[in-house]
Amino acid sequence: MDPLEQIKITFFQECQELLADLEAGLMALEAGEADEDTINAVFRAVHSVKGGAGAFGMEDLVQFAHVFETTLDDTRAGRLDADDHVIKVMLRASDMLADLVTAAQGDGAADLARAEVIAQELAALGHTPTGADAEPESDIPGLDFTPLPAFVAEAASAIDEPIADELGFTPMRVILDEPPAPPAGRGWRIQLTPAADMYAKANDVTPLLRELERLGPCLTSLDAAGVPNLTALDAEGAYLSWTVELAADVARDQVAEAFEFVEGDCVLSIEPLDTPPAVAIEAPLDLEALLAEARAPVPPTPEDEIQAVIDEVVPAIPVNVSPPPVAASPLAASPAAQATADASGASTAQATIRVDLERVDRLINLVGELVINQAMLTQRVAESGIARSSNVSVGLDELEQLTREIQDSVMAIRAQPVKSVFQRIPRLVREIAASTGKQVRLVTEGEGTEVDKTVIERLSDPITHMIRNAIDHGLESTAKRLEAGKPEEGVVKLAALHRSGRIVIEVSDDGAGINRSRVRQIAIDKGLIDPEAALTDDEVDNLIFLPGFSTAATVSNISGRGVGMDVVRRSIQALGGRISISSTPGKGSTFTMSLPLTLAVLDGMVVSVGEQTLVTPLTAIIETLQPKAADVRTLGPTSRVIAVRDAYVPLIDIGAVLGWRTEAPDPCEGVCLLVENEGGGRAALLVDAIQGQRQVVIKSLEANYQQVAGIAAATILGDGRVALILDVDAVIAMRGKAANPVSTLALAS
Amino acid sequence: MIEAVTNASEPRRELVSFRAGDQEYCVDIMAVREIRGWTPSTTLPQSPPYVCGVINLRGAVLPIIDFNCRLGRDPVEPSARHVIIVTHIGARLVGLLVDAVSDILTVTNDSIQPTPDVACDTVRSFVRGILAIDGRMISLVALDRILPELEAEAA
Repeated sequence: MDPLEQIKITFFQECQELLADLEAGLMALEAGEADEDTINAVFRAVHSVKGGAGAFGMEDLVQFAHVFETTLDDTRAGRLDADDHVIKVMLRASDMLADLVTAAQGDGAADLARAEVIAQELAALGHTPTGADAEPESDIPGLDFTPLPAFVAEAASAIDEPIADELGFTPMRVILDEPPAPPAGRGWRIQLTPAADMYAKANDVTPLLRELERLGPCLTSLDAAGVPNLTALDAEGAYLSWTVELAADVARDQVAEAFEFVEGDCVLSIEPLDTPPAVAIEAPLDLEALLAEARAPVPPTPEDEIQAVIDEVVPAIPVNVSPPPVAASPLAASPAAQATADASGASTAQATIRVDLERVDRLINLVGELVINQAMLTQRVAESGIARSSNVSVGLDELEQLTREIQDSVMAIRAQPVKSVFQRIPRLVREIAASTGKQVRLVTEGEGTEVDKTVIERLSDPITHMIRNAIDHGLESTAKRLEAGKPEEGVVKLAALHRSGRIVIEVSDDGAGINRSRVRQIAIDKGLIDPEAALTDDEVDNLIFLPGFSTAATVSNISGRGVGMDVVRRSIQALGGRISISSTPGKGSTFTMSLPLTLAVLDGMVVSVGEQTLVTPLTAIIETLQPKAADVRTLGPTSRVIAVRDAYVPLIDIGAVLGWRTEAPDPCEGVCLLVENEGGGRAALLVDAIQGQRQVVIKSLEANYQQVAGIAAATILGDGRVALILDVDAVIAMRGKAANPVSTLALAS
Repeated sequence: MIEAVTNASEPRRELVSFRAGDQEYCVDIMAVREIRGWTPSTTLPQSPPYVCGVINLRGAVLPIIDFNCRLGRDPVEPSARHVIIVTHIGARLVGLLVDAVSDILTVTNDSIQPTPDVACDTVRSFVRGILAIDGRMISLVALDRILPELEAEAA
C-alpha cells in the first residue's frame, strides 16, 4: 500500500478517537465537571485533527478546525466563559467536525454551508474583545526545542518535509499560524553557553529554557556555529549556545534564579531588552534561515560528505537537549510542557497496539478448536481406561486448565467497554431533540461494562432505535409535560450492567408510559389480536413488538414507519438476547434487553433426550430435580404440570417438542430441568438423563444451514459429534404447537 | 475419465457424476470441495425429511441433505457405504448424501441436452440438462435450490 495512504488510515483512526475525546470533554464541560485538563484535552483534540488534516491538504477540515480551535483557545485562556450557549455551539461544531472528517475520508459530502454557519457562530463567540489592547498571547512559545516524537506528525505538517528528511533534523514545534506577539517594551536577552562541566553534572538546557518560559513569552534561538568538524568533535564536549529573548517585565534576579544551579558551569549574560529586533520576530517563521543556521557549522565539502557529517552531528544535538522523562512534569504551566507531559503520559500509561480484527478472530477460532480437541482427547483417555491418578490424566487436567485460561484471555482481547456505542448516543439525542422540538437530557450509566466485540457491533442499531423511540414516542411534548407537572426537560436514561452472566441494557424515559387502551385498540384494528382476548398489562405492553405495529399517528422521519420494535426484537433475538418492556402510566417506560456477553462460548448442561445429546444453557437453569409420580399432575386433556415446592409449573417433554418422539415417556424415569425464561415464566423441561456440565464453543447453524425453531445453535462435543444447543425460551413458547413436527417448508416443491 | 467432446473450440466443463438410488447425476466440479465417507449425523428437529441432520466437518457444522429424497424419492438408510459430497452452495457448505461417486466428466456445453419436458416439478426445478454418455443418462443438477430456505427465497 502507498505509505501515505497508510498514514492517512492511521490519521482517520486517530480522528475517531480524538473526536470521541472531544465530545466526551464537551459533555463534561456541559455537566460542569470539567477542570483545566478537560479544556486542554478538548483543545488538543481539535488541534491534532487540524494538524493531520493540514498534512493531507484537507482544506475544508483545516479551515473549520482552525476556527473551532481559535474559539477553544479563547476558552482555554479564560477570555471566553464556557456557558451553556457556548457549549451548545461547540457541541454542534464537534458534530460538524465529525461530518467533515467523514467527508474527508471519502464517505459522502459534508454540508459545507452548515459548516460555514457554525464556523461563523464560533467566530462570533470568540470575538468578544476583552479590551482595546488585547493582551499578548502569553501561552504560545515561539520555539520549543523539546524533540518529542509526539510532535512529529504536527511538525511534519509545519516543516517542509523534504528538508527535514534531508537533515534528519529533530522536528521542532513551530506554530506558524499564530506568530508570537512582539515582546513588550521590557524584557531580557539571555545568552547561555554551557560548558562541558555543566552536562557532566547532569544539568541540561531544556529545564532552564522551560523555567524561562514560565516567566513569560520567550524567543529562543540556537547558535550551533561552535560545532566543530566531525573529526574534531569531542562526544562529551559542549559546543552550543542559546539566546533567549524573554518578553516579561520581571526582575533580573528572577531570571538569574533560573540559572542558580548551573552558575559557574556556563557562560551566562543577562541584558535588558530595549527594542525588539525586527529579525527576531520573523525568526520563528523563517525556517530556511533556521535550517541554514543548523547547517552553518558544516564546512563546504562535497554533498555526500555533508550528509555524513550532518547525520553524525545532528543526532548528537537531541541528546543534549532532550528532556529526561521525569522533567516532563505536569507542574510546568506552559502548554509545551503540558504537551510534553501528555506525550510521555500517553506512552507510559497505556501501552496498546492496534491489531487487525481478522487476526484476533483467527486466534479465537483456533482456540475454539483447541478446546474441542482437548475435550476429545480427555474423552479418549477416559475411554481407554487409564487410571485417574496416572501421569497422563494429571497432565491432561493441567492441559484443560491451561486451555481454559487461554480461552478466557483470548476472549478478554475482544471484550470492550460499551462506551464505544454509548458515546455515539449524545449526538443522536441532540439531533432528535432538535427535530422533535423536545428538551431532552441523556443520562448514561455503566459505560465501562465490558462485552464481546461482536456483541458491541450489533448493539448499536437496537440502542439507536430504542433511544429514538424513547424520545419520539416515550417523552411527551414540552407543553404536555408542563401540564402533567413534570419538568420541561425530559430524561432519557441509558444504562448497561452485568447481570448473571449477561449484559443488560436499559433504555428508560420519564414520559407518559404506554397508553395501553390505545395500544390494544390499534392491535385489534390491525387484526393483530382477537378483540375478545384477555391480556395482562404486560402482554399489552409487549404488543408493540408485533410486526407491523406502530402507534405513531403520523409517520415521522425519526420513527414510526412501523418497522420499529419488531425489527429491534428480531435483531436482538438473533444475538441470543431478549427484550422486554415495563411501563408505568404517567411515569415512563423502560426497555430492557439482555444479551450474552460473548457469542463464542457458553456454559451448558449436556443432557440426553432419546438418542440425541443436547446442551441447555446453564444461565436458563434454576435447578434440576427428579420428579416423583405424586408431583406430576395432568391438567386438561394432555397438558401436564409438576409441583415444585407447592408451585405448579408446566412440564414439557423436550423430545416431543422437538418432534423426536410422540409417546410421552414416564416422567419418573427422566430428570427435570427447572428453567426460567426472560419474562420470568417457569417451566420444567423433561429430559432422559444429565450427562454433565461443560463449556461449549458455539457454532452457528445458520452459517451453512438455517435457523431451526427451538434450537439456538450447535456445538461439537468431545466425541466429535455435533450437539444442538437448546433455545429454552423458544421451547417454552413452542409447547402448544408440538403436535406438528413437520415444518411447513417440507417438500414444498 | 470419459471424454465427450465433440467440438474442441468450445469451452470445456468438468463435472463430477454420482449415483443416488438407481439414477445418475452430476454437478460442476468447481462446486465440490471434498468427498468423504458417511459419519453419523445429529438429527435436526422440525426439519424436512430430506435433511438428515448435521455433522462436524473439522469444526464447522455441516448440514447433510439426502439427495435421493430431496428429488422426491424415498429416503435412504445411511450406512458406511454411503458417500457425502461436500459442496459449495453460495457461501454455504452443504453435504449431499449419495450412494457412490462414479466419474469426472469433461464435456462441452453443446453436449448438454435440455431437460425433457416432464410433468414433475421437482425435475424441472433441479435438473438443468441431460447428458447421454455411453448409453447412460446423467442429469446435470442445479445445487442452488437444494436447501429448504434457499428454495423458499427462490419461490
